[in-house]
Amino acid sequence: MSRLFDLVAGLGRAVLATVSGAGRLALFALIGLSHLLRPPFYWRNFASAFFEFAFFSLPVVALTAIFSGMVIALQSYTGFSRFNAQSAIAGIVVLSVVRELGPVLAGLMVAGRVGAAMAAEIGTMRVTDQIDALGTLSTDPMKYLVAPRLLAGILALPLLVVVADILGVLGGFVVSTVKLGFSPSAYIASTFSFVQPIDVTVGLAKAAAFGFLIALMGCYNGYNSRGGAQGVGASTTAAVVAASILVLCFDYVLTEMFFSR
Amino acid sequence: MTVPKIRIRGLCKSFGSKRVLDGIDLDVEAGTSMVVIGGSGSGKSVLLRCILGLIEPDAGRIEIDGVDVIERSRAEQDAIRARIGMLFQAGALFDSLSVWENVAFGLLAGRGARRMSRDAARVRAGEVLAQVGLDPSVGDLAPAELSGGMQKRVGLARAIAATPEILFFDEPTTGLDPIMGAVIDGLIVDCVKRLGSTAIAITHDMASATRIGDRAAMLYQGRLVWQGAAGELLDSGNPLVDQFTHGRREGPIGMELRR
Ligand SMILES: Nc1ncnc2c1ncn2[C@@H]1O[C@H](COP(=O)(O)OP(=O)(O)OP(=O)(O)O)[C@@H](O)[C@H]1O
Ligand SMILES: [Mg+2]
Repeated sequence: MSRLFDLVAGLGRAVLATVSGAGRLALFALIGLSHLLRPPFYWRNFASAFFEFAFFSLPVVALTAIFSGMVIALQSYTGFSRFNAQSAIAGIVVLSVVRELGPVLAGLMVAGRVGAAMAAEIGTMRVTDQIDALGTLSTDPMKYLVAPRLLAGILALPLLVVVADILGVLGGFVVSTVKLGFSPSAYIASTFSFVQPIDVTVGLAKAAAFGFLIALMGCYNGYNSRGGAQGVGASTTAAVVAASILVLCFDYVLTEMFFSR
Repeated sequence: MTVPKIRIRGLCKSFGSKRVLDGIDLDVEAGTSMVVIGGSGSGKSVLLRCILGLIEPDAGRIEIDGVDVIERSRAEQDAIRARIGMLFQAGALFDSLSVWENVAFGLLAGRGARRMSRDAARVRAGEVLAQVGLDPSVGDLAPAELSGGMQKRVGLARAIAATPEILFFDEPTTGLDPIMGAVIDGLIVDCVKRLGSTAIAITHDMASATRIGDRAAMLYQGRLVWQGAAGELLDSGNPLVDQFTHGRREGPIGMELRR
């Protein structure tokens, strides 16, 4: 009987901890976003976060996108040639890149790169009292550190995904024309006949959501770092893991919302 | 009778089962400086953090200008904190900014008319750096390029640059050579006497304590066991203070350390 009670109590505590953690995170996000509506806005911090997101992540996202496009073309060719459906390859490539792979792969890459760097930077500021020092210098740390990074994430990821979309389609195009013997003009025509504006817009909306989540997890985990170098390391790991999982979860949710009908 | 600038009553703070502050009563009159001494780990830094609102106390009142500062709204706490300049024990310089931007941070962050232009703030930063004995050319370096003592002085410059009403110094002269220590002490006295700021300084250096302080207090086992004029620190008649200020191994404190 008492064992059952312990079990229930333990379960209850776990549920409470999860709920209150989610509540704290949501509050953190709301406060961060609300600072975007009230001046001052720290343009320098926004610009450096935006560059970190968009510019410095470009090479890794570009490479990932090109190779993914190439692999999809190759895989769908070997699969679809059995059904004489090779003509669908251009469509497969463009739809999978624009709807899914562009945003998701860019999201995961950026989560590893920028999410980790953000958590480490803000975490170090926390454990070396720099965040406390901001408060004594008439500066709200949420406004100074968090708000510009959230906005940078929301704006930069869609930009990256546009590049990823183009390069992913290009990768598929190169493999299809050079290796699989498609005619370039037919491939391009086929690509444009398959893709709809809604595919691109939803892909970019996903990217904006992922950018927000990555910046949020980086800031939140860094902001709540405790106890020196080890604590900063732990919060960096937590930021990357949480951001990656959230990217995949929200990808499903957003796909369900927009594409399942 | 005037209202003290800072008035603390019954301040308590525990971390887990450890009682760090156990009923602190302290008054600091406007335009005077209070030196707080006490063993390492006795809770001096925690005391300053409580007044700043960076740590929420378990019990007690903290008043600034007669107004209770605990359980205020965030905006009100921010406003109070903005009136206090703080030198953190480890400097807490912003490592992504240059030295002069660190010093000028509070000047550039002010609201409305109090906000300086970047050029004016840069000039002012150069002046304050000179006051703490640093060449203005240091302003273009990154904090990581400075020695420990130089970082401490930049932290001090940042705290006093906007001439706040209240100044907290957490070990301002630790890590400085004796001459520079005396210069910094003079600067702190100057802030209090000439600019009329109210200061609380934590220090382990008795020479510096008597130079900086108008009054002094000793923190021991979560309580202020002695308060008096800073000049009496070396012959206070209190056995705890005597042992501490003369650095004797034998005495009431040693017994406790071995507990
Ligand atoms: N955030 C915290 N969490 C848990 N314990 C803490 C925290 N901050 C301080 N303490 C504990 O409170 C006690 C007092 O710390 P504090 O930093 O105030 O010491 P101090 O008097 O400033 O010492 P020192 O002269 O060495 O700087 C220490 O025992 C420390 O372990
Ligand atoms: Mg301390």
